[in-house]
Amino acid sequence: MERRRSFPDVLAGGIFVLIGAAFVVGALGYELGTPTRMGPGAFPLLVGAAVIALGLAIAGKGLIAGEVISFGPVPWRALGVIVIAVLFFGFTVRRLGFVPTTAVTALLTTLASARVRLLTAVAVAAGLTVASTLIFIVGLQLRIPLWGPWLGL
Amino acid sequence: MELLDNLALGFSTALLVQNVLYCFVGVLLGTAVGVLPGIGPTATVAMLLPITFSFEPVTALIMLAGIYYGAQYGGSTTAILINLPGESSAAVTALDGHEMARQGRAGPALAAAAIGSFVAGTVATVALAAAAPPLASVALKFGPADYFSLVLFGLIVSIALARGTALKALAMIALGVLLGTVGQDIYTGTPRFVFEQRELYGGIDFVSVAVGLFGVAEILRNLENEQTRTAIVSRVTNLWPTREDRRRIVAPILRGTGLGAALGVLPGGGHVLASFTSYAVEKRVSKRPQEFGRGAIEGVAGPESANNAAAQTSFIPLLTLGLPAHPVMALMIGAFIVHGIAPGPNVINDEPALFWGLIASMWIGNVLLLLLNLPLIGLWVRMLRIPYQVLFPMIILFAAIGTYSLGFNAYDVYAIAFFGILGYVLIKCGCEPAPLLLGFVLGPLLEENLRRALIISRGDPSVFLTRPISAALLVLALAALVVAVLPAIRQRRAVVFAEED
Repeated sequence: MERRRSFPDVLAGGIFVLIGAAFVVGALGYELGTPTRMGPGAFPLLVGAAVIALGLAIAGKGLIAGEVISFGPVPWRALGVIVIAVLFFGFTVRRLGFVPTTAVTALLTTLASARVRLLTAVAVAAGLTVASTLIFIVGLQLRIPLWGPWLGL
Repeated sequence: MELLDNLALGFSTALLVQNVLYCFVGVLLGTAVGVLPGIGPTATVAMLLPITFSFEPVTALIMLAGIYYGAQYGGSTTAILINLPGESSAAVTALDGHEMARQGRAGPALAAAAIGSFVAGTVATVALAAAAPPLASVALKFGPADYFSLVLFGLIVSIALARGTALKALAMIALGVLLGTVGQDIYTGTPRFVFEQRELYGGIDFVSVAVGLFGVAEILRNLENEQTRTAIVSRVTNLWPTREDRRRIVAPILRGTGLGAALGVLPGGGHVLASFTSYAVEKRVSKRPQEFGRGAIEGVAGPESANNAAAQTSFIPLLTLGLPAHPVMALMIGAFIVHGIAPGPNVINDEPALFWGLIASMWIGNVLLLLLNLPLIGLWVRMLRIPYQVLFPMIILFAAIGTYSLGFNAYDVYAIAFFGILGYVLIKCGCEPAPLLLGFVLGPLLEENLRRALIISRGDPSVFLTRPISAALLVLALAALVVAVLPAIRQRRAVVFAEED
């Protein structure tokens, strides 16, 4: 295996260091306690420090002798659209109700594919809305209102 | 014969009409979702989990187990017919299975997989029933220090078996443990890392983590190069294996079953190791090793049996120790907890009907799989033709609705997006997501037992070394870590996995 500087290793290491550090900073805000009676901050502090150390090791290895793995293309459009669709669902399902939220979420998600045509997207969204209403509300009796308060119904 | 009494109790529970019915529904749903390309067993179980929450505990667990081995099986069908393994253990099946399909022998390949899985499932169910009670009685003697070391051991061994570098797997575990600390502290009730959001007090829901890491991240990977995703589904004509085929699959099925049953107990993907090992063994003992990779039926029968046997025996650590061997078992732990049952050695005595019913249902599930899959093959072939543009919006939508229905908590839904992106980026950097989920599920156990052990020992950390069980487990964990990290041995590990190419 060829070995040289590796961007994915450095990126992964960086992510570990960042998240670990965030938890360490947070943990210092809680009581640490004593070994006999550990406070709420002690365990996250220990593990956070471990994550930072491992992250540094991975990033360091990436700079000196990382495994060469290619990062490959990133589907930016899909990434953005799917995140927006999921956040939209979480935020509006109680306010707009199940049917409109599902329809919009499905339509948005469909647009994540670069190859989709608008007519297909609308058809897929409509079909999925009907299917999920039947499965989740009629079949599984989920207690989510079909139409929410934002619609004034 | 205690074993027979136990199995009798199990079958009297598992054969109740509603349990057989939901076992059937689980196997059917699991296969249906598992057949869909790009959705492995973990994502399938995570997505279908919320459906089971309204059932009786036994029924829910029976259905979930059915979904699990249904999904596992469905993945093999996809691997054989379109060469798209949904999961690493099915990658081995794709090698010779898809080659057979291209030669017009998809039927015998599918039949070999089905028969092998059935035999393996039957043997492994008996092994599970025999091994569980003694293990559980040992586990009941464990103190907090022993339990801490056991969890640590389980996590470390899962790295030794994970693919990719040990360092990254270790970091993923630690990250999972760290994320598991979000929510109220068990001893003091202090809310940690919740940003004053009441919805986060219960912690991050593990279903969101699993759906994000395995569902959303996988879809993003599939959307990277859409053009290449043109599935050509092989035609299935004659299902029944020839006499020559039947003769050739007997020994591989038996060897695969033995290997799988033994390796399935190991934490961290023993079923993946089982199928790879079985393939390597079959290739070595075969009189015609040159046929492997060109459509050798042994290369399908052995790994598929190993895979299924391991799937069954991976329930052993879950049921006896409360330790999940892989992400699907971690989801099962969540299902136990939702129903108010703490998974672990007490289940066998406190809930004998549930325990033995679940085990008996696995055999029934395997019978149903055999009866269902071969006749329904036409239906599965049709499901494989669903275009991806319809499939992935469906998965995202169902994932969002499913996670929301867990607790009607919008944060659980936001978490899918967060873990989807985190998982996607980390996977692209060569970090496998499974260790993160295991760490996430086991983290709270680790913390609770660490703190309890230290309270009992009055703050003296040497308790972990002076208690013999704990000390032995820590030594084993250290040994596993050395094996995983040592470069020389790592190269040999690479050889085992090189069989995939």
